[in-house]
Amino acid sequence: MSAKRRHDEHIPYIVETLTAIALIAAPFVLPYLGSAPNTVNRILVWGLFGIGFDILFGYTGLLSFGQSALYGTGGFVAAYLLTRAGFPHVVLALVIGMVVAAAVGYLIGLIALRRTGIYFAMITVAIAEVFYFVEFNPLSEWTGGENGLPGVPTPSLDLGVTVIHFTTGWSLYPFLAFCYFLGIVCALRIVRSPVGTVFRAIRENPLRAAAVGHNVHAYKLAAFVIAAAYAGFAGGLLGVLQAFMPPEAFTFETSGQLVMQTAIGGRGTLFGPLIGAAVWLFLQDFLQATLKLGASWKLVLGLVFVLMVCFLRQGIIGGVRDLRDLVLRRKSAPPVPPNDVVARAAGAETYAAHSVVRAPYADHANADYCGPILRATGLSKHYGGLAANAGIDFEVRRGELRGIIGPNGAGKSTLFKMLTCEVPPTAGSIVFEGRDITGMSVTDVCQLGLTKSYQVNQLFNRLTVRENVTIAVLAALRGKFKLDLLRSRSKIPGLHEQIEQVLTLVNLADYPDVPVSQLAYGEKRRLEVGLALASSPSLLLLDEPLAGMSARERAETVRLLKSISRDRTTIIIDHDMDSLFEIAEYVTVLHEGRVLVEGTPDEIKADARVQEAYLGGVREEIPA
Amino acid sequence: MITWPNFVSQLFNGLALGALLALISSGLTIIYGTLGVLNLAHGAMFMLGGYAGYAAYQATGSYLVAVLAGSLFMLVVGVVMERLIIRHFYTRPLEDQLLVTFGLGICIVELVRLAFSSQSMSVPPPPLLTGITSLGFMLYPTYRLAVVGIVAAALLALYLVLYRTRLGIIVRAGIEDSVMVDSLGINVDRVFMTVFGIGAMAAGFAGIVNAPVVSLTPEVGEAILVQAFVVIVIGGVGSFPGAVVGGLIAGEIISLTSMVNPAYAYVMLFAAMTLVLMLRPHGLLGTRGRE
Repeated sequence: MSAKRRHDEHIPYIVETLTAIALIAAPFVLPYLGSAPNTVNRILVWGLFGIGFDILFGYTGLLSFGQSALYGTGGFVAAYLLTRAGFPHVVLALVIGMVVAAAVGYLIGLIALRRTGIYFAMITVAIAEVFYFVEFNPLSEWTGGENGLPGVPTPSLDLGVTVIHFTTGWSLYPFLAFCYFLGIVCALRIVRSPVGTVFRAIRENPLRAAAVGHNVHAYKLAAFVIAAAYAGFAGGLLGVLQAFMPPEAFTFETSGQLVMQTAIGGRGTLFGPLIGAAVWLFLQDFLQATLKLGASWKLVLGLVFVLMVCFLRQGIIGGVRDLRDLVLRRKSAPPVPPNDVVARAAGAETYAAHSVVRAPYADHANADYCGPILRATGLSKHYGGLAANAGIDFEVRRGELRGIIGPNGAGKSTLFKMLTCEVPPTAGSIVFEGRDITGMSVTDVCQLGLTKSYQVNQLFNRLTVRENVTIAVLAALRGKFKLDLLRSRSKIPGLHEQIEQVLTLVNLADYPDVPVSQLAYGEKRRLEVGLALASSPSLLLLDEPLAGMSARERAETVRLLKSISRDRTTIIIDHDMDSLFEIAEYVTVLHEGRVLVEGTPDEIKADARVQEAYLGGVREEIPA
Repeated sequence: MITWPNFVSQLFNGLALGALLALISSGLTIIYGTLGVLNLAHGAMFMLGGYAGYAAYQATGSYLVAVLAGSLFMLVVGVVMERLIIRHFYTRPLEDQLLVTFGLGICIVELVRLAFSSQSMSVPPPPLLTGITSLGFMLYPTYRLAVVGIVAAALLALYLVLYRTRLGIIVRAGIEDSVMVDSLGINVDRVFMTVFGIGAMAAGFAGIVNAPVVSLTPEVGEAILVQAFVVIVIGGVGSFPGAVVGGLIAGEIISLTSMVNPAYAYVMLFAAMTLVLMLRPHGLLGTRGRE
């Protein structure tokens, strides 16, 4: 995908143009391959249905087994309007069906998105089953129950001079192809918009996406509604295509077939569902008509599907892409292999010379506040009977670089988690820039300008270095939720500059297009700090930024930390006391969940209580 | 018209269905809790168990043999599935696990369709349990009454395995923290295989016991799977007691709503699920943070 994406950026609208050419060429080419026009039309409807589902599943990572509910809803609303209600305008009826499906999708999303993972999958299945039963019984007066709604008309286009009627077969094809084209153009815009980037962030690491300041729940709901709109429109087209709205649209089988087609074609590609549908329907025709397999065609497709999930995880498109990468790599080896850690480490040597880049710093609302930037009072956290923190009073002045040390289990990370509102305190309050933030969400706190880098890397692993930083910068520039679905990322003022600034600062500017999974550990660690930095916080918490680094990486990171802290208030937890004493102006020592002592590095080094906490009872002289 | 005997008999129907759902859901929930895999083929296993029992009954004419052979067959199927396919998916993303078990479910359904056709089959209840029992105030089919007892016994057996054996302790510990269990030097691999086998056997057993109540079709597992999902959402994932409580609640909701209007059974079930999600998102007996 990476090569393809870079390609897109060089030639604008290349994918759109190629899609248009393919759709126009299809009716001239496909008949020679023996495809029936009706099969091609059905593939288009499945493909359009799948575009929305791919945005939900492939891009946002939400696997729903309940799309049939929305497909059926849109389809039956449009079909009801066109048959029973005598509504004359086909396209308008389809649009109304789409809007109703999107509204229903919003309501379903509110319930299903209360949980994630398997719960989400189970709830969507259950909801779809309810819709199926409701269509058959309580609403059968409107939906025709098991008979469905026959007599759905086909659209026509009034050109003034003449009227074009789209009827069946190849005559209906241009209408469906145009709908599909519109669908793909919109989806490409969405995927390339800032919202599309946030969707992928949620797929890769929802926790971090929330921590850098995105309202994950709202974005998931947006993805669900988008998928519902596509499903609703495609459902309406199904009625038009068959001149009949079948109740089978509501079955679990419909949802299942959509999921399987998407996985076979390739998820996260937008075109995967179309290709999956083509494979599915052609194979079905072939197995039934040519091989005379009768009903067992579905067994063959089931086996094909299981094998694909086992061995070709990214579907047909993914397989083709891997094959192409393999061939291309053999042809021309890249000048700097992405895994060449040694070469990059050598590059890092020269880094110290140009560390004059200033970190991004945004003015947050309370910038004219003059008191301490952070004040925690009586902060406690109990896990059952265990007190991780007990009555911590803690104050940090603006511009300070504070160090926190303490033996293992002293409650350092728990304190950080409470300060960033990842976990609610059992008692006590936190005031940031004069505002009480106790009980706020981690997303809101990040938006206010308080964020942290994690002790264990929390990155977006399958995305590139640049995409990782982009995700965090987008939250800083756009706020926690914004539906700029059709806006190009390149049109956001300041985005590019801020990304480059962060990349340069954490010394990753030389390989922005490398996927995170291929980075060396020290580089991942710097990116981790970079993500926190990209939110332009006024107060930055760093949880063991030096942990697990080699001596050289450590020296480099200490330089980085010094330069970061010039522009903002910073609190650093670390075990490496020598490094910490070198950079911190003031140090807080935690011991057994309480503040043991605070002071300058020199005072701390000389303090007997600190020595005792770390070494345990050295003062007790052995009696002679 | 809702009469008193009608109400009580629906209450019993609900109990029978609820017990059955409890058994199926507990298989699903211990598999998920231990292995971390939501088995979308579980409904198909329920159905396959019924057909295995049917085949054994056709061959021998004995209900008891049908139940035993069917259960054992499902144990083997579960173990083979785990060894051949499922175990390769423990480290793969959740979506892949859902996709592969979903695909396996379809393969099982279509295989059964190929072998037994789509026509519905029925297994008669054992001669001892046919007919109608008078409960004094009402008459009730003997076999349905027996189902409650048989399933309750199976649940008790499952409980004893989970709470009174070494395997059970490992399984329950694994539900809490599988990484920890692994690092304690316990052979998690074999435990996983056993758990999947037991889960499959529980589903298959339920399938056979249910076969005389409703006729068998290849699609019979689909509805059961959806109901089991609702049971788990209500009861809480990974919780054996939650599956039992959730199963009984769901069984009664379906049964009592059907008495008024069968069309609304699913709507009510769904309403109950939504209510639980609103008030206790982690299920009645589920633990926070287990997803």
